[in-house]
Amino acid sequence: MANFNLKINGKTQQLEVDPTTPILWVLRDHLKLVGTKYGCGISQCGACTIHLGDNAVRSCQLPVSSVGNQEITTIEGLSEHGDHPVQQAWLEEDVYQCGYCQAGQIMNASAFLKKNPNPTDEEIEGAMNGNICRCGTYIRIKKAIKTAANSKTV
Amino acid sequence: MTKIVTHYNRRSFIKVSAAAGGGMLIGFSWLNGCKSNTTEPEVGVAVPKEWFEINGYIKIGDTGMVTIYSPNPEIGQNVRTSMPMIVAEELDVPWENVVVEQAPLNTGWYQNQFAGGSLSIRLSWNALRMAGATGRRMLMEAAAKEWELKVSDLTASEGVIKEINGERTVTYGEIASKAVGIEVPKEVELKGIKDFKLIGTSIKNVDGKKIVTGEPLFGLDFHRDGMQLAMIQHPPAFGMTVKDFNEAEIKSMPGVKDAFIVDTTVEEPGGFDEKGFKQLIAIVGESTWQLMQAKKALKANWETTGELESSDMHVKRLEKALVSGEVLESRRDGNPEAAFKKAAKIIERTYSAPFIAHNTLEPMNFFANVTEDSAELIGPTQTPEALEGSVAKLLNLPLENVTVNMTRIGGGFGRRLYVHFGVEAAAISKKIGGPVKLIYSREDDMTQGTYRPTYRSVYKAGLDENNNLIAFTVKGAGLPEGPVFPNRFPAGAVENYSAEKIKAPTNVTTGAWRAPRSNFTAGAEQAFLDEVAEAAGKDPIDFRLELFDRAIKDPVGEKHEYEPERYAGVLKLVKEKANWGAPKPNVHRGVAAYFCHSTYVAEVFDMIMKNGQPIVEKVWCAVDCGIVVNRDAAKNMIQGGVIDGIGHSMYSQLTFENGAPKQMNFDKYQLIRHSQAPKEIEVFFVENEIDPTGLGEPGLPPAIGALANALYKATGQRHYHQPFVTEKQVVG
Repeated sequence: MANFNLKINGKTQQLEVDPTTPILWVLRDHLKLVGTKYGCGISQCGACTIHLGDNAVRSCQLPVSSVGNQEITTIEGLSEHGDHPVQQAWLEEDVYQCGYCQAGQIMNASAFLKKNPNPTDEEIEGAMNGNICRCGTYIRIKKAIKTAANSKTV
Repeated sequence: MTKIVTHYNRRSFIKVSAAAGGGMLIGFSWLNGCKSNTTEPEVGVAVPKEWFEINGYIKIGDTGMVTIYSPNPEIGQNVRTSMPMIVAEELDVPWENVVVEQAPLNTGWYQNQFAGGSLSIRLSWNALRMAGATGRRMLMEAAAKEWELKVSDLTASEGVIKEINGERTVTYGEIASKAVGIEVPKEVELKGIKDFKLIGTSIKNVDGKKIVTGEPLFGLDFHRDGMQLAMIQHPPAFGMTVKDFNEAEIKSMPGVKDAFIVDTTVEEPGGFDEKGFKQLIAIVGESTWQLMQAKKALKANWETTGELESSDMHVKRLEKALVSGEVLESRRDGNPEAAFKKAAKIIERTYSAPFIAHNTLEPMNFFANVTEDSAELIGPTQTPEALEGSVAKLLNLPLENVTVNMTRIGGGFGRRLYVHFGVEAAAISKKIGGPVKLIYSREDDMTQGTYRPTYRSVYKAGLDENNNLIAFTVKGAGLPEGPVFPNRFPAGAVENYSAEKIKAPTNVTTGAWRAPRSNFTAGAEQAFLDEVAEAAGKDPIDFRLELFDRAIKDPVGEKHEYEPERYAGVLKLVKEKANWGAPKPNVHRGVAAYFCHSTYVAEVFDMIMKNGQPIVEKVWCAVDCGIVVNRDAAKNMIQGGVIDGIGHSMYSQLTFENGAPKQMNFDKYQLIRHSQAPKEIEVFFVENEIDPTGLGEPGLPPAIGALANALYKATGQRHYHQPFVTEKQVVG
């Protein structure tokens, strides 16, 4: 067990936890931030995607001890009122079916759009290929990403 | 207007009447424990001080806010929006005033509280309309009494009751308290289809905001203070059971509270009690990560009690079954053998598909809190009533002492029809004497069983010298059960016809997987018909239309389980919308149509070759599901079904060695990804006034046929064995 001070969604959180614990389980079990989802535990499905600084990372393979001072953003902290352009675009396109993978999709899409505000379809597909949607909402996800990109406020 | 006799279970109203004196009834508030404060319901009216329960589906607040209980499990098919829409339509309230709550399992109040067979809307259509119409009528009666008028002197619309020959108006919110206790009308009038204001429009998912902000919605997100977490370890292969394990060592690991073998055998199991393993190692503790570490440290002795099967063995069993297996169902019209003898051309092809897993993205999980005389269960289940029954049997409790509440469900596809994970949670909770949430790892989930069976079918067709289809036979075997529907198309359309559904044994457990049996049969049959049409020198759509024409004008045999007019209807619609037959350079087209779960779907795939790879550029779908309830969400269902069909037939499979699947997670088990999905899917609905049928399943089966047929046009090669992308064997 070790003590950690984590910067999560603009707040500093103190906790004592096994240092090998992935951030996914720190968020879900210890901090009750359950918007970040468990899907596979081996970085294959993308359901657990969060932002570490400006980068989208898989929290299921990121030990708490490796985070240090870096700022963590989860779906709960992406925007204060749920009105990030990517979230708004998701609502506009009514993307989801079961909805379980969508937090991960949104976190990946928002980090991607920050780096590439005007992506082509192929760039979107390439960037999003690590996020599985078992319901098959891929077409709507792509459309929502384009809608968000066109809103020019990402 | 349609008049309909109400047939509520009277128990639902006893509760309402009893509360009449006090006015307010308490709503279902079991989810309060994991509600966050970030998203208040976005409703057009103020939060009420008092609520009035009108019937089991409707609660009206003094401000006019309306709560509609959605009775069925939400697995992504969007019933939490579409079922309340139907109630709101007949109640006639502005959708902006409606909030939706998940109803608990209550067999006294609701019927058919399950999510399966694309049946939610189809089976509840009348009950939901009646609930809304009854509520509207009771509110009108309350206003009539108040104003000393007859109900026929009033109108009610958009949440407001008006006097026809006068000035008085009253809102539903203002009159709701007076409607409580009013006798339930024996007969209510339903709206005319043409008068629908909500049904047929596109209403956004009621949980959209919660989904995009990461609110706790799913079973895996459920938390109650004081609860433990638990994980299980099942034997590594079908045909094995657990003997013992290093209990002392596991119990001494950090964060582990308890570890034991749990027996979840239920006496007289029902169909939804299907499960891979009855005895499991359970580890209980405080954090998921520590439990995962404890699982890794397990050293168990497993006992081999059955055969350890392999994929080679499975193929041999299917081949043998096709020759000498037990026939479960069959149909025979005319004399196919004699017809084949005089046929000018005979085409015979074999199709197969592997075992596949459901792989809902939310792994199996359930919360249970078992006490001496009760069991409380909360989580993702498609069959809460079956779970209630199984838990009651396991714990030897009366049914009424078991409660089941449903969370939003991170994918169903049939996987959560089976209740074993809820039963396991109950068994673990009983053992530790406290509340617990059971969590499966992805590996536990993928290797536990209840898979889509593996199938193998042989199709044979005979054409006469004028290229008319004179004989058609199909023999289909599956482990454990064949995929043939003897009375479906082309039964009724061919003079000499036979169909045989054959079974063969396996100890790998199987279950319903999105569009059971149809998910294989549609692809095989529609690819086969494409090849037969080609041999006959006919356009594949015209060829099918000829067969439907025969089934309409002069049907063969006694019964067939489809309406040929509607079947032909979707083919004609997709033909028109896709502009079938018009030249499209470098675009390779495939078509298929299928009827299952009471819905007709035809699809055209446009495929292009890019860098030597086939890409589905566009898909056109024509759907006849009767009345469309929630238009854009209905399109979403069909689009998802198409992508799911492409994904599983192209990429997914479980292969077995020594009784265990070799694929345990998404590194080896391939699911379709963004870049492999079609670029566009257009969906068109046949407009009619037929009662609505389901959409959760019917979009998937024809996609596999249309894909196979487009692949043939694009690559020159027929595909017979799923998954197509790894297909090595091509049967000539």
